[in-house]
Amino acid sequence: MNKVLILFAHPRFEKSKTNRALLKNVGRIEGVTINDLYEQYPDFNIDTDRERELLLNHQIIIWHHPFYMYSAPALLKQWIDLVLEYGWAHGRGGDNLNNKIVFNTITSGGTREVYAANAFNRFTIREFLVPFEQTATLCKMIYLPPFAVQGTHLLTTNALKFHVKMYHTLLDKLVKGNFDVEMFKKVEFLNDWIVKETEGHKP
Amino acid sequence: MISTFLSDALIYLAAAIVFVPIAKKLGMGSVLGYLLGGIIIGPFFLGFVGQEGKDIMHFAEIGVVMMLFLIGLELEPSHFWRMRNLILGAGSLQLCATTILIFVLLFFIGFTWQAALASGLAIAMSSTAIVMQTLREKGLTKTESGKSSFAVLLFQDISVIPILALLPLLTILGSHVQTEGQTTLFSEMPGWAQTLTLLGAVGLVILCGRFIIVPFLRFIARIHLRELFTAASLFIIIGTACIMMLVGLSPALGTFLAGVVLANSEFRHELESDIEPFKGILLGLFFITVGASINFSLIISNPLTIISLVCSIIVIKATVLFVSGSLIRLSFDQNLLFTLGLAQVGEFAFVLFSFIHQLDILSTRWTDMMMGVTAITMTVTPLLLLINERLILPYFGIKEKEEKEADAIDESNPVIIAGFGHFGSTLGRFLRANGINATVLDNDSDRVDLLRKMGFKVFYGDATRIDILKSAGASEAKILIAAIDSPDINFGLVEKTKKIFPNLTVMVRAKSRLDAYELLDMGIKDVYRESLDTSVRLGVDVLVKLGVRKYSAVRASQNFIKYDEAALRELARHRYDQSDYIFTTREQIQIQEQMLNKDREVIPNINDHAWDSDLFEEKSDSGKN
Repeated sequence: MNKVLILFAHPRFEKSKTNRALLKNVGRIEGVTINDLYEQYPDFNIDTDRERELLLNHQIIIWHHPFYMYSAPALLKQWIDLVLEYGWAHGRGGDNLNNKIVFNTITSGGTREVYAANAFNRFTIREFLVPFEQTATLCKMIYLPPFAVQGTHLLTTNALKFHVKMYHTLLDKLVKGNFDVEMFKKVEFLNDWIVKETEGHKP
Repeated sequence: MISTFLSDALIYLAAAIVFVPIAKKLGMGSVLGYLLGGIIIGPFFLGFVGQEGKDIMHFAEIGVVMMLFLIGLELEPSHFWRMRNLILGAGSLQLCATTILIFVLLFFIGFTWQAALASGLAIAMSSTAIVMQTLREKGLTKTESGKSSFAVLLFQDISVIPILALLPLLTILGSHVQTEGQTTLFSEMPGWAQTLTLLGAVGLVILCGRFIIVPFLRFIARIHLRELFTAASLFIIIGTACIMMLVGLSPALGTFLAGVVLANSEFRHELESDIEPFKGILLGLFFITVGASINFSLIISNPLTIISLVCSIIVIKATVLFVSGSLIRLSFDQNLLFTLGLAQVGEFAFVLFSFIHQLDILSTRWTDMMMGVTAITMTVTPLLLLINERLILPYFGIKEKEEKEADAIDESNPVIIAGFGHFGSTLGRFLRANGINATVLDNDSDRVDLLRKMGFKVFYGDATRIDILKSAGASEAKILIAAIDSPDINFGLVEKTKKIFPNLTVMVRAKSRLDAYELLDMGIKDVYRESLDTSVRLGVDVLVKLGVRKYSAVRASQNFIKYDEAALRELARHRYDQSDYIFTTREQIQIQEQMLNKDREVIPNINDHAWDSDLFEEKSDSGKN
């Protein structure tokens, strides 16, 4: 069994319909820990000892955040800067995160289509996430494709419900270890993998 | 002899232990408890103490003496100067007008003019002991009525000096012959010499304080023996009292002067914390003896005279006070509190009457009668205040609860703020700015009036009263914020709330680290020291002004507060490890020492090297080599 740590960073969680839906009841899944960063560190004063302890106790890490200006909210960057320190997470003696799995869960207003070379945003989501990918690589972690809920402004209730179900199923599978890391590398989004998985099991 | 001393002590202590808690439970204040205890054990009810009560009263007067010493200590000249208009204006008006009216009254019932004048002066005095104690217990010292009461009392206390000096002159003018064979140096002198002696003694106390006592205390302090300093403090007080009595003057005045002289010395706080416990218990004893000394047989034989005297004295004093209160523009509620609070005849009247008797201005019978009247008015005061609080103010003054229009919906607020002074008001404004409505409890009628005009839901009264808490919605609210200025009242509130309204989360303002410890001991988790954040914020600005970058300074402050809060909780658990009991001031210093030592061990800026690229380069370099 794996333990999953969701590092959630949202400065206006109470206004985010999508994220509230995604995270509702997630804490009840056994093996999943939610670390609500903006609630924990409203003054940006991150307790690095506490965070490292959490990292050591979990095998799968999720950076869960809205996609602000093509990146994460400031506190998650602060977290990365302070917690993933030289000598602990990378560099000499920095082997504490070796082989842990990490990926981003993002919510974005724009749809998947507007993130492409010839579209409005000119780059793909995966390209925008390169800093996270390289950070993970530097720390000798395994970086997976993102789980993304996109076009949130236009999301219907049913569509949102579907995304929530997919996210919960994904977390469930991650906890139970029902996955093969090599399979993930073939998809652009974890959404694609989990949809395929659930459809495959349908009779 | 020893056994009678012990059994007496037992009786007095038992009276205090039995009656004070009952009085407190009934919301009457400790003074009334002591007085009632005294009446019950006195010769006319249970008779546990007989006529020797008089002697014990003389002994207990040391409590009054100590109280005046402490008042003197708190009386910094600058403080006095700021209140000069109030003290001289309201104080002199009260004293003169009351004296004249009482003089007229007594003159018409057949007193000689000397006796009437002397008695008038004595009766004009109010009881500093009762009023200050009551005000402090009710947390009203900082209200307008509290300040005015203090000013008037101060004027009276000071004016006792010239009154005592002038009384002997009355005997010359009245050509009375000194008949009683008093053996003091003082009473054998002619009037003018007595006046001179008094002024001389006052001068002597001031000079001694300046040039002998302070160096003496420095010497004692250097020996570093706690109990020796306590002994020295008591020695100063009792010594001053003895010298004063030797020349035939009031010991209370002598120590009051000594206190004023020592107010500017570095030992002020040390003396205060040393004398405080003695003062408390002896003042209690004094109130008990006042209760016990009421001569009920005299009252029973002349009920009409006594009752009409008591009533007319209280009416006259109250009228004068009410007029002076209006002149210094007290609002109705505050004025009523001021008026009824000071309407009694005070403990100085005992001193003055016995002096007047000694000068043979007043007959023994009338002196006894006047002493009885004084004691009765003192006993009646807490009752008057109680009637004022429960019966008069709720109907005529500012209502405890605001009357609502018939159609207004009675919504209960989730937050109750007890105490809306500097601390509570900032908090209340912040909550209101964020759309949280708070119910406010406050006992300053002026403030309640203002807040209601501003649309706050305000309850007026003593926040520790359960019925007021109930009507403020304590049973339905979520959070109670104890933001009262007086730590003692805050503690009382917290205790009651925890017991009676377990639904409430109690969040408490702590004045100091010491108070914070007490609250943590009581099991309160949300304790906020009012001195922490502000001083650290100032510290941040100091760092910035000295060239530290702002964000680094802010980070340092965040870490410092976090570390300090942790240290507070840590030390709260271990502070009883020391075997010997330490008094407050000492404890404060000890805590400071512990803190400073701990600060040196922990540098609270440890977690920021991730940002430190110099450090990073160093490490990589050493890695390469």
